[in-house]
Amino acid sequence: MHAFSYESPSTLDDALKLMKAHGEKARPICGGTDLLIQMRAGVRLPEFVVDIKKIKELRELKFSAKGGLRLGGAVSCIDVAENADMRRHYPGLTEAAHLIGSLQIQNRASVGGNLCNGSPAADTTPALIALKARARIVGPRSEHEVPVEEFVVSPGRTVLKPGELLVQFLIPAPAPHSSDAYLRFIPRNEMDIAVVGVGASVTLEGDKVKAARISLGAVAATPLFAAKASESLIGKKLDETALATAARLASEAASPIDDMRGTAEFRRHITGVLTRRALTIAAERARKH
Amino acid sequence: MSKKTLVETTINGETVEFLCEPRQSLLECLRDVLEMTGSKEGCLTGDCGACSVLLDGRAVCSCLVLGVEAEGKTIRTIEGLAGSTALHPLQQKFLEHASLQCGICTPGFLMSAAALLERNPNPTEPEVRYALAGNLCRCTGYDKIVRAVLDAAKVMKGSTSRAA
Repeated sequence: MHAFSYESPSTLDDALKLMKAHGEKARPICGGTDLLIQMRAGVRLPEFVVDIKKIKELRELKFSAKGGLRLGGAVSCIDVAENADMRRHYPGLTEAAHLIGSLQIQNRASVGGNLCNGSPAADTTPALIALKARARIVGPRSEHEVPVEEFVVSPGRTVLKPGELLVQFLIPAPAPHSSDAYLRFIPRNEMDIAVVGVGASVTLEGDKVKAARISLGAVAATPLFAAKASESLIGKKLDETALATAARLASEAASPIDDMRGTAEFRRHITGVLTRRALTIAAERARKH
Repeated sequence: MSKKTLVETTINGETVEFLCEPRQSLLECLRDVLEMTGSKEGCLTGDCGACSVLLDGRAVCSCLVLGVEAEGKTIRTIEGLAGSTALHPLQQKFLEHASLQCGICTPGFLMSAAALLERNPNPTEPEVRYALAGNLCRCTGYDKIVRAVLDAAKVMKGSTSRAA
């Protein structure tokens, strides 16, 4: 690896000062499971690496039935996957965190890092979008929130400006009779990158859909919120017709490419299949809440 | 910029101090600075698991941890797995089940398996396979490794209940 300086500040203020002082030359590190590989390959060459794992705000995982979830940007995937509140209230996001790489990777990688890496195929990003998560970004002088679907602007690039840090995710409290799911297609059981990933959240009122969000990964340059597919379900029974319409609209929202993992045509087809399945699972779970 | 940092950490129960540059991975620090060559370098991308060590009780790829991150942490490596007079039951069972050939992947498998059995002393076969999914073996095949881990779990459970 190239030579660089390393700091591990214990407060957000100190981290922001370092990020500001080093601007574009700085890069935060959390689990390092993407960044260190990119640094070895010469893809990213930060001169200054700021370890954010000791900062309290970034390590927080706090759920309340009224306030929802505050998930620190540096919370590891395994801490998400093993948390009882997460498993109960956000099973789709929990599954996504537990799908990434091996246990060795989950023990280090964070949901925040998964987003900041900017991959179109990140597993936790569609799960966050389905939950209407917002990313709280803090910079040297100000802070703001961005819906997660707007965070990645192109492969490997995000809305973060030099000096800014993704501090937390804010996820609304689950409404009554709501739940979520995340499914991905890979050609094996574990340890692969999504060919297609679909997140879904569903809120039921009686036997009708009151609210729904469908999100797509690995089928466009960035993770997507499939707005038309989601809206098509509102007020409907989640029957064959509604599922078929949502699946078709989700497929149409995808703009995949051909690559070694699959053809664009295959990806579009699988997007529809996973949309149906994720909606069905989310609705089954919602009925139990 | 490539100034060396003094890192104080605990490795296999002993306080250890070493000097490293930020760009050196924990794996490099173990192997090249501390001359603990049990942890192996495979892919350097977190895919093969040959460099697996336990960091605060969790299995990690030491090629994807910076040496400077070890400050104040507790690290366990393959060198600390056996007791002073006997092999760890996992090591014994790997021998009995012929779970290794070239042996490069073995330290990583043993550390991942040790982490599993500490959290889940009675794993099912799928749980063993899941826990070892981040460790690749290109010669023995996985069945013998999985059998050794399941057998070691039985032996370790037996010794725990006898002790209790």
